[in-house]
Amino acid sequence: MAGKPKLHYSNARGRMESIRWLLAAAGVEFEEQFIEKKEDLEKLRNDGYLLFQQVPMVEIDGMKMVQTRAIASYIAGKYNLYGKDLKERAWIDMYVEGTKDLMDMIMPLPFQPAETKEKNLALIIERATTRYFPVYEKVLKDHGQDYLVGNKLSWADINLLEAILMVEECKPDILSAFPLLQAFKGRTSNIPTIKKFLQPGSQRKPPMDEKTVAIVKKIYGI
Amino acid sequence: MSGKPKLHYINGRGRMESIRWLLAAAGVEFEECFLETKDDLTKLQKDGSLLFQQVPMVEIDGMKMVQSRAIGNYIAAKYNLYGKDLKERALIDMYVEAIIDLNELLMMYTFQPADKKQQHFANLVDKATNRYFPVFEKVLKDHEQDFLVGNQFSRADVQLLESLLMAEECKPDILAKFPLLQSFKARISNIPTIKKFLQPGSQRKPPLQEKDLPKIMKIFH
Repeated sequence: MAGKPKLHYSNARGRMESIRWLLAAAGVEFEEQFIEKKEDLEKLRNDGYLLFQQVPMVEIDGMKMVQTRAIASYIAGKYNLYGKDLKERAWIDMYVEGTKDLMDMIMPLPFQPAETKEKNLALIIERATTRYFPVYEKVLKDHGQDYLVGNKLSWADINLLEAILMVEECKPDILSAFPLLQAFKGRTSNIPTIKKFLQPGSQRKPPMDEKTVAIVKKIYGI
Repeated sequence: MSGKPKLHYINGRGRMESIRWLLAAAGVEFEECFLETKDDLTKLQKDGSLLFQQVPMVEIDGMKMVQSRAIGNYIAAKYNLYGKDLKERALIDMYVEAIIDLNELLMMYTFQPADKKQQHFANLVDKATNRYFPVFEKVLKDHEQDFLVGNQFSRADVQLLESLLMAEECKPDILAKFPLLQSFKARISNIPTIKKFLQPGSQRKPPLQEKDLPKIMKIFH
Protein backbone atom coordinates (compact mmCIF):
# COMPACT_ATOMS: atom_id res chain seq x y z
CA MET A 1 0.00 0.00 0.00
CA ALA A 2 1.47 3.30 -1.10
CA GLY A 3 1.68 6.04 1.45
CA LYS A 4 0.59 8.57 -1.14
CA PRO A 5 -2.93 9.93 -1.25
CA LYS A 6 -4.90 8.56 -4.19
CA LEU A 7 -7.42 10.74 -5.96
CA HIS A 8 -10.47 9.32 -7.74
CA TYR A 9 -12.09 11.66 -10.27
CA SER A 10 -12.37 12.44 -13.95
CA ASN A 11 -9.28 13.66 -15.74
CA ALA A 12 -10.47 17.22 -15.35
CA ARG A 13 -10.51 20.10 -12.86
CA GLY A 14 -14.04 20.02 -11.54
CA ARG A 15 -14.39 19.61 -7.81
CA MET A 16 -11.04 17.88 -7.41
CA GLU A 17 -8.81 20.67 -8.64
CA SER A 18 -8.75 22.63 -5.37
CA ILE A 19 -7.60 19.45 -3.64
CA ARG A 20 -4.81 18.95 -6.18
CA TRP A 21 -3.70 22.53 -5.54
CA LEU A 22 -3.64 22.01 -1.77
CA LEU A 23 -1.66 18.78 -1.92
CA ALA A 24 0.77 20.26 -4.41
CA ALA A 25 1.25 23.42 -2.36
CA ALA A 26 1.91 21.26 0.70
CA GLY A 27 4.53 19.35 -1.28
CA VAL A 28 2.60 16.09 -1.01
CA GLU A 29 2.97 13.64 -3.87
CA PHE A 30 -0.27 12.00 -4.90
CA GLU A 31 -1.58 9.42 -7.33
CA GLU A 32 -4.65 9.70 -9.50
CA GLN A 33 -7.09 7.12 -10.81
CA PHE A 34 -9.20 8.64 -13.55
CA ILE A 35 -12.82 7.82 -14.16
CA GLU A 36 -13.03 7.56 -17.94
CA LYS A 37 -16.41 5.92 -18.42
CA LYS A 38 -19.63 5.23 -16.56
CA GLU A 39 -18.51 1.71 -15.68
CA ASP A 40 -15.55 3.11 -13.72
CA LEU A 41 -17.93 5.12 -11.55
CA GLU A 42 -20.29 2.18 -11.17
CA LYS A 43 -17.43 -0.04 -10.07
CA LEU A 44 -16.40 2.41 -7.35
CA ARG A 45 -20.01 2.54 -6.18
CA ASN A 46 -20.52 -1.22 -6.25
CA ASP A 47 -17.26 -1.77 -4.37
CA GLY A 48 -18.64 0.43 -1.60
CA TYR A 49 -15.83 2.94 -1.99
CA LEU A 50 -18.01 6.04 -2.20
CA LEU A 51 -19.77 6.86 1.03
CA PHE A 52 -22.49 8.87 -0.70
CA GLN A 53 -22.04 7.36 -4.17
CA GLN A 54 -20.18 10.44 -5.35
CA VAL A 55 -16.71 11.59 -6.29
CA PRO A 56 -14.36 13.32 -5.47
CA MET A 57 -12.97 10.54 -3.32
CA VAL A 58 -9.47 10.60 -1.87
CA GLU A 59 -7.80 7.63 -0.23
CA ILE A 60 -5.69 9.17 2.51
CA ASP A 61 -4.40 7.95 5.87
CA GLY A 62 -6.51 4.81 5.80
CA MET A 63 -9.71 6.70 5.01
CA LYS A 64 -11.72 6.89 1.82
CA MET A 65 -12.63 10.53 2.15
CA VAL A 66 -15.48 12.11 0.23
CA GLN A 67 -17.03 15.59 0.11
CA THR A 68 -14.67 18.19 -1.30
CA ARG A 69 -14.68 20.52 1.69
CA ALA A 70 -14.12 17.68 4.17
CA ILE A 71 -11.14 16.46 2.16
CA ALA A 72 -9.65 19.93 1.76
CA SER A 73 -10.13 20.76 5.46
CA TYR A 74 -8.36 17.56 6.43
CA ILE A 75 -5.42 18.24 4.16
CA ALA A 76 -5.19 21.87 5.26
CA GLY A 77 -5.30 20.82 8.91
CA LYS A 78 -2.76 18.05 8.48
CA TYR A 79 -0.22 20.17 6.60
CA ASN A 80 -0.46 23.31 8.71
CA LEU A 81 -2.28 25.40 6.15
CA TYR A 82 -5.20 26.19 8.43
CA GLY A 83 -3.91 28.96 10.69
CA LYS A 84 -2.69 28.74 14.26
CA ASP A 85 -5.96 29.07 16.18
CA LEU A 86 -9.74 29.16 15.90
CA LYS A 87 -9.96 32.78 14.82
CA GLU A 88 -7.37 32.44 12.05
CA ARG A 89 -9.21 29.35 10.95
CA ALA A 90 -12.45 31.34 10.87
CA TRP A 91 -10.93 33.95 8.53
CA ILE A 92 -9.40 31.26 6.33
CA ASP A 93 -12.77 29.55 6.11
CA MET A 94 -14.52 32.80 5.19
CA TYR A 95 -11.99 33.65 2.51
CA VAL A 96 -12.00 30.13 1.07
CA GLU A 97 -15.80 30.04 0.91
CA GLY A 98 -15.71 33.33 -1.00
CA THR A 99 -13.20 32.16 -3.60
CA LYS A 100 -15.04 28.85 -3.84
CA ASP A 101 -18.31 30.65 -4.61
CA LEU A 102 -16.50 32.51 -7.39
CA MET A 103 -14.90 29.37 -8.82
CA ASP A 104 -18.22 27.52 -8.62
CA MET A 105 -19.63 30.08 -11.05
CA ILE A 106 -16.88 29.22 -13.54
CA MET A 107 -17.03 25.43 -13.25
CA PRO A 108 -20.34 24.88 -15.09
CA LEU A 109 -19.48 27.21 -18.02
CA PRO A 110 -18.20 24.50 -20.38
CA PHE A 111 -21.52 22.67 -19.98
CA GLN A 112 -23.73 25.63 -20.79
CA PRO A 113 -25.22 26.61 -24.13
CA ALA A 114 -23.61 29.62 -25.80
CA GLU A 115 -26.20 32.22 -24.78
CA THR A 116 -26.27 31.23 -21.11
CA LYS A 117 -22.49 31.01 -21.10
CA GLU A 118 -22.14 34.59 -22.32
CA LYS A 119 -24.54 35.91 -19.69
CA ASN A 120 -22.83 33.98 -16.92
CA LEU A 121 -19.40 35.05 -18.03
CA ALA A 122 -20.48 38.68 -17.67
CA LEU A 123 -21.82 37.93 -14.20
CA ILE A 124 -18.58 36.18 -13.21
CA ILE A 125 -16.57 39.20 -14.27
CA GLU A 126 -18.89 41.54 -12.40
CA ARG A 127 -18.77 39.47 -9.23
CA ALA A 128 -15.03 39.00 -9.43
CA THR A 129 -14.33 42.71 -9.81
CA THR A 130 -17.02 44.13 -7.50
CA ARG A 131 -17.69 41.49 -4.86
CA TYR A 132 -14.69 39.22 -4.40
CA PHE A 133 -11.40 40.70 -5.54
CA PRO A 134 -11.95 44.02 -3.74
CA VAL A 135 -12.22 42.10 -0.47
CA TYR A 136 -8.88 40.36 -0.87
CA GLU A 137 -7.22 43.51 -2.20
CA LYS A 138 -8.38 45.31 0.96
CA VAL A 139 -7.23 42.50 3.26
CA LEU A 140 -3.74 42.71 1.79
CA LYS A 141 -3.77 46.52 1.88
CA ASP A 142 -4.92 46.71 5.50
CA HIS A 143 -2.25 44.45 6.99
CA GLY A 144 0.47 44.96 4.43
CA GLN A 145 1.57 41.33 4.73
CA ASP A 146 2.41 38.76 2.09
CA TYR A 147 -0.32 36.30 3.04
CA LEU A 148 -4.02 36.69 3.68
CA VAL A 149 -4.10 35.33 7.25
CA GLY A 150 -1.65 35.29 10.10
CA ASN A 151 1.39 36.29 8.06
CA LYS A 152 1.79 32.71 6.91
CA LEU A 153 0.88 30.67 3.85
CA SER A 154 -2.53 29.07 4.28
CA TRP A 155 -5.30 27.40 2.36
CA ALA A 156 -6.80 30.85 1.78
CA ASP A 157 -3.78 31.98 -0.25
CA ILE A 158 -3.67 28.80 -2.32
CA ASN A 159 -7.39 28.98 -3.05
CA LEU A 160 -7.18 32.67 -3.97
CA LEU A 161 -4.33 32.06 -6.41
CA GLU A 162 -6.29 29.23 -7.99
CA ALA A 163 -9.32 31.52 -8.34
CA ILE A 164 -7.29 34.40 -9.79
CA LEU A 165 -5.75 32.19 -12.47
CA MET A 166 -9.15 30.71 -13.31
CA VAL A 167 -10.77 34.11 -13.72
CA GLU A 168 -7.82 35.33 -15.78
CA GLU A 169 -8.55 32.49 -18.18
CA CYS A 170 -11.98 34.12 -18.61
CA LYS A 171 -10.61 37.66 -18.89
CA PRO A 172 -6.82 38.10 -18.97
CA ASP A 173 -6.76 41.66 -17.63
CA ILE A 174 -9.15 41.02 -14.75
CA LEU A 175 -6.59 42.12 -12.17
CA SER A 176 -5.94 45.48 -13.80
CA ALA A 177 -7.59 47.39 -10.95
CA PHE A 178 -5.99 45.28 -8.23
CA PRO A 179 -2.28 45.98 -7.86
CA LEU A 180 -1.89 44.13 -4.58
CA LEU A 181 -3.54 41.03 -6.01
CA GLN A 182 -1.15 41.23 -8.94
CA ALA A 183 1.77 41.28 -6.55
CA PHE A 184 0.16 38.51 -4.50
CA LYS A 185 -0.21 36.42 -7.63
CA GLY A 186 3.44 36.91 -8.58
CA ARG A 187 4.67 36.18 -5.09
CA THR A 188 2.52 33.15 -4.39
CA SER A 189 3.20 31.64 -7.81
CA ASN A 190 6.88 31.72 -6.94
CA ILE A 191 6.59 29.56 -3.84
CA PRO A 192 8.65 26.51 -4.90
CA THR A 193 5.91 23.88 -4.50
CA ILE A 194 3.39 26.08 -6.28
CA LYS A 195 5.85 27.10 -8.97
CA LYS A 196 6.40 23.41 -9.67
CA PHE A 197 2.65 22.80 -9.87
CA LEU A 198 2.29 25.63 -12.37
CA GLN A 199 4.82 24.12 -14.75
CA PRO A 200 3.81 21.97 -17.71
CA GLY A 201 3.79 18.26 -16.91
CA SER A 202 2.43 18.73 -13.40
CA GLN A 203 -0.83 17.20 -12.22
CA ARG A 204 -2.61 20.50 -12.63
CA LYS A 205 -5.47 20.07 -15.07
CA PRO A 206 -6.18 22.35 -18.05
CA PRO A 207 -9.51 24.10 -18.62
CA MET A 208 -12.16 21.77 -20.01
CA ASP A 209 -12.14 21.15 -23.72
CA GLU A 210 -15.06 19.85 -25.76
CA LYS A 211 -13.75 16.30 -25.73
CA THR A 212 -13.60 16.20 -21.92
CA VAL A 213 -17.04 17.79 -21.65
CA ALA A 214 -18.43 14.91 -23.73
CA ILE A 215 -16.67 12.29 -21.59
CA VAL A 216 -17.91 13.82 -18.35
CA LYS A 217 -21.47 14.13 -19.68
CA LYS A 218 -21.45 10.44 -20.52
CA ILE A 219 -20.13 9.36 -17.13
CA TYR A 220 -22.70 11.29 -15.15
CA GLY A 221 -25.55 10.99 -17.64
CA ILE A 222 -26.04 14.75 -18.03
CA MET B 1 -22.43 45.50 23.96
CA SER B 2 -23.93 42.15 24.83
CA GLY B 3 -21.72 39.12 24.81
CA LYS B 4 -24.28 37.16 22.89
CA PRO B 5 -23.85 36.25 19.23
CA LYS B 6 -26.13 38.30 16.99
CA LEU B 7 -27.60 36.69 13.89
CA HIS B 8 -28.52 38.74 10.83
CA TYR B 9 -30.91 37.02 8.42
CA ILE B 10 -34.52 36.84 7.37
CA ASN B 11 -37.08 35.52 9.82
CA GLY B 12 -36.90 32.10 8.28
CA ARG B 13 -34.80 28.94 8.19
CA GLY B 14 -32.76 29.22 5.01
CA ARG B 15 -29.01 29.13 5.45
CA MET B 16 -29.15 30.35 9.04
CA GLU B 17 -31.17 27.54 10.57
CA SER B 18 -28.26 25.11 11.00
CA ILE B 19 -26.41 27.83 12.85
CA ARG B 20 -29.38 28.39 15.16
CA TRP B 21 -29.45 24.65 15.84
CA LEU B 22 -25.73 24.55 16.67
CA LEU B 23 -25.86 27.50 19.03
CA ALA B 24 -28.96 26.14 20.72
CA ALA B 25 -27.44 22.67 21.06
CA ALA B 26 -24.35 24.22 22.62
CA GLY B 27 -26.58 26.07 25.09
CA VAL B 28 -25.51 29.46 23.75
CA GLU B 29 -28.05 32.27 23.94
CA PHE B 30 -28.20 34.44 20.85
CA GLU B 31 -29.97 37.50 19.50
CA GLU B 32 -31.49 37.92 16.07
CA CYS B 33 -31.86 40.91 13.78
CA PHE B 34 -34.33 40.12 11.00
CA LEU B 35 -34.19 41.50 7.48
CA GLU B 36 -37.74 42.51 6.61
CA THR B 37 -37.17 44.60 3.47
CA LYS B 38 -34.58 45.06 0.77
CA ASP B 39 -33.55 48.27 2.50
CA ASP B 40 -32.50 46.28 5.55
CA LEU B 41 -30.14 44.24 3.38
CA THR B 42 -28.88 47.29 1.52
CA LYS B 43 -28.14 49.03 4.79
CA LEU B 44 -26.00 46.13 5.98
CA GLN B 45 -24.22 46.06 2.64
CA LYS B 46 -23.53 49.79 2.71
CA ASP B 47 -22.34 49.60 6.33
CA GLY B 48 -19.58 47.29 5.23
CA SER B 49 -20.96 44.67 7.59
CA LEU B 50 -21.16 41.93 4.98
CA LEU B 51 -17.80 40.76 3.69
CA PHE B 52 -19.22 39.43 0.42
CA GLN B 53 -22.46 41.46 0.50
CA GLN B 54 -24.41 38.42 1.63
CA VAL B 55 -26.17 37.03 4.66
CA PRO B 56 -26.06 34.95 6.84
CA MET B 57 -23.89 37.15 9.00
CA VAL B 58 -23.20 36.44 12.67
CA GLU B 59 -21.57 38.91 15.03
CA ILE B 60 -19.54 36.74 17.35
CA ASP B 61 -16.37 37.27 19.40
CA GLY B 62 -15.64 40.62 17.78
CA MET B 63 -16.00 39.27 14.24
CA LYS B 64 -18.72 39.81 11.68
CA MET B 65 -18.66 36.27 10.35
CA VAL B 66 -20.17 35.36 7.00
CA GLN B 67 -20.44 32.14 4.96
CA SER B 68 -22.61 29.60 6.74
CA ARG B 69 -19.97 26.86 6.70
CA ALA B 70 -17.30 29.14 8.19
CA ILE B 71 -19.73 30.18 10.92
CA GLY B 72 -20.77 26.60 11.59
CA ASN B 73 -17.13 25.47 11.76
CA TYR B 74 -16.25 28.20 14.24
CA ILE B 75 -19.18 27.53 16.56
CA ALA B 76 -18.66 23.77 16.45
CA ALA B 77 -14.97 24.09 17.31
CA LYS B 78 -15.50 26.71 19.99
CA TYR B 79 -18.11 24.66 21.82
CA ASN B 80 -16.37 21.29 21.48
CA LEU B 81 -18.77 19.83 18.98
CA TYR B 82 -16.07 19.02 16.45
CA GLY B 83 -14.49 15.80 17.64
CA LYS B 84 -11.23 15.30 19.48
CA ASP B 85 -8.75 15.12 16.60
CA LEU B 86 -8.25 15.62 12.87
CA LYS B 87 -9.67 12.25 11.91
CA GLU B 88 -12.86 12.65 13.95
CA ARG B 89 -13.17 16.09 12.47
CA ALA B 90 -12.82 14.57 9.00
CA LEU B 91 -15.68 12.16 9.67
CA ILE B 92 -17.84 14.90 11.10
CA ASP B 93 -17.11 17.08 8.06
CA MET B 94 -18.00 14.27 5.64
CA TYR B 95 -21.29 13.63 7.39
CA VAL B 96 -22.15 17.31 7.74
CA GLU B 97 -21.39 18.09 4.08
CA ALA B 98 -23.68 15.29 2.96
CA ILE B 99 -26.41 16.48 5.31
CA ILE B 100 -26.04 19.99 3.89
CA ASP B 101 -26.52 18.52 0.40
CA LEU B 102 -29.70 16.78 1.57
CA ASN B 103 -30.93 19.91 3.33
CA GLU B 104 -30.52 21.87 0.08
CA LEU B 105 -32.90 19.43 -1.60
CA LEU B 106 -35.34 19.68 1.28
CA MET B 107 -35.22 23.46 1.38
CA MET B 108 -35.52 23.93 -2.37
CA TYR B 109 -38.82 22.01 -2.44
CA THR B 110 -40.92 25.05 -1.52
CA PHE B 111 -39.28 27.13 -4.24
CA GLN B 112 -40.15 24.71 -7.04
CA PRO B 113 -42.69 25.82 -9.62
CA ALA B 114 -45.88 23.70 -9.59
CA ASP B 115 -44.90 21.67 -12.64
CA LYS B 116 -41.54 20.67 -11.14
CA LYS B 117 -42.71 19.93 -7.60
CA GLN B 118 -43.59 16.29 -8.03
CA GLN B 119 -40.31 15.42 -9.72
CA HIS B 120 -38.35 17.28 -7.07
CA PHE B 121 -40.23 15.47 -4.32
CA ALA B 122 -39.52 12.09 -5.89
CA ASN B 123 -35.83 12.92 -6.22
CA LEU B 124 -35.71 14.19 -2.65
CA VAL B 125 -37.27 11.01 -1.24
CA ASP B 126 -35.04 8.84 -3.41
CA LYS B 127 -31.85 10.57 -2.29
CA ALA B 128 -32.88 10.67 1.37
CA THR B 129 -33.88 7.01 1.55
CA ASN B 130 -31.32 5.50 -0.84
CA ARG B 131 -28.26 7.69 -0.60
CA TYR B 132 -28.12 9.45 2.76
CA PHE B 133 -30.18 7.76 5.46
CA PRO B 134 -28.75 4.28 4.79
CA VAL B 135 -25.26 5.62 5.46
CA PHE B 136 -26.15 7.02 8.86
CA GLU B 137 -28.24 3.97 9.76
CA LYS B 138 -25.20 1.81 9.01
CA VAL B 139 -22.83 4.07 10.99
CA LEU B 140 -25.05 3.70 14.05
CA LYS B 141 -25.47 -0.04 13.45
CA ASP B 142 -21.74 -0.67 13.05
CA HIS B 143 -20.53 1.03 16.22
CA GLU B 144 -23.73 0.74 18.27
CA GLN B 145 -22.98 4.03 20.00
CA ASP B 146 -25.39 6.82 20.77
CA PHE B 147 -23.62 9.43 18.67
CA LEU B 148 -22.32 9.39 15.13
CA VAL B 149 -18.65 10.12 15.82
CA GLY B 150 -16.29 9.31 18.65
CA ASN B 151 -18.94 8.25 21.13
CA GLN B 152 -19.48 11.92 21.87
CA PHE B 153 -22.13 14.47 20.98
CA SER B 154 -21.00 16.50 17.98
CA ARG B 155 -22.15 18.82 15.27
CA ALA B 156 -22.86 15.80 13.07
CA ASP B 157 -25.57 14.63 15.48
CA VAL B 158 -27.14 18.09 15.64
CA GLN B 159 -27.23 18.52 11.87
CA LEU B 160 -28.52 15.01 11.29
CA LEU B 161 -31.41 15.54 13.71
CA GLU B 162 -32.27 18.82 12.01
CA SER B 163 -32.31 17.04 8.66
CA LEU B 164 -34.38 14.08 9.88
CA LEU B 165 -37.04 16.41 11.22
CA MET B 166 -37.12 18.46 8.01
CA ALA B 167 -37.40 15.28 5.96
CA GLU B 168 -40.34 14.14 8.10
CA GLU B 169 -42.03 17.46 7.40
CA CYS B 170 -41.86 16.55 3.72
CA LYS B 171 -42.90 12.93 4.20
CA PRO B 172 -43.95 11.92 7.72
CA ASP B 173 -43.09 8.21 7.34
CA ILE B 174 -39.74 8.78 5.66
CA LEU B 175 -37.90 7.02 8.50
CA ALA B 176 -40.06 3.90 8.30
CA LYS B 177 -37.17 1.70 7.16
CA PHE B 178 -34.60 3.18 9.53
CA PRO B 179 -35.13 1.95 13.10
CA LEU B 180 -31.79 3.20 14.37
CA LEU B 181 -32.39 6.65 12.94
CA GLN B 182 -35.75 6.66 14.68
CA SER B 183 -34.16 5.92 18.05
CA PHE B 184 -31.36 8.37 17.26
CA LYS B 185 -33.98 11.01 16.61
CA ALA B 186 -35.70 10.36 19.93
CA ARG B 187 -32.48 10.22 21.87
CA ILE B 188 -30.94 13.41 20.48
CA SER B 189 -34.24 15.25 20.75
CA ASN B 190 -34.14 14.53 24.46
CA ILE B 191 -30.83 16.20 25.10
CA PRO B 192 -31.86 19.12 27.36
CA THR B 193 -30.58 21.97 25.17
CA ILE B 194 -32.11 20.42 22.08
CA LYS B 195 -35.35 19.54 23.84
CA LYS B 196 -35.65 23.19 24.78
CA PHE B 197 -35.01 24.29 21.20
CA LEU B 198 -37.73 21.94 19.97
CA GLN B 199 -40.36 23.47 22.20
CA PRO B 200 -42.74 26.17 21.01
CA GLY B 201 -41.48 29.67 21.67
CA SER B 202 -37.85 28.83 20.91
CA GLN B 203 -35.85 30.55 18.17
CA ARG B 204 -36.30 27.60 15.87
CA LYS B 205 -38.03 28.74 12.70
CA PRO B 206 -41.03 27.05 11.06
CA PRO B 207 -40.92 25.65 7.51
CA LEU B 208 -41.17 28.12 4.70
CA GLN B 209 -44.67 28.61 3.34
CA GLU B 210 -45.41 29.53 -0.24
CA LYS B 211 -47.04 32.73 0.96
CA ASP B 212 -43.71 33.84 2.43
CA LEU B 213 -41.93 33.53 -0.91
CA PRO B 214 -42.79 36.93 -2.42
CA LYS B 215 -41.45 38.77 0.62
CA ILE B 216 -38.18 36.82 0.50
CA MET B 217 -37.77 37.32 -3.23
CA LYS B 218 -38.19 41.07 -2.71
CA ILE B 219 -35.37 41.18 -0.19
CA PHE B 220 -32.84 39.23 -2.21
CA HIS B 221 -33.67 40.17 -5.79
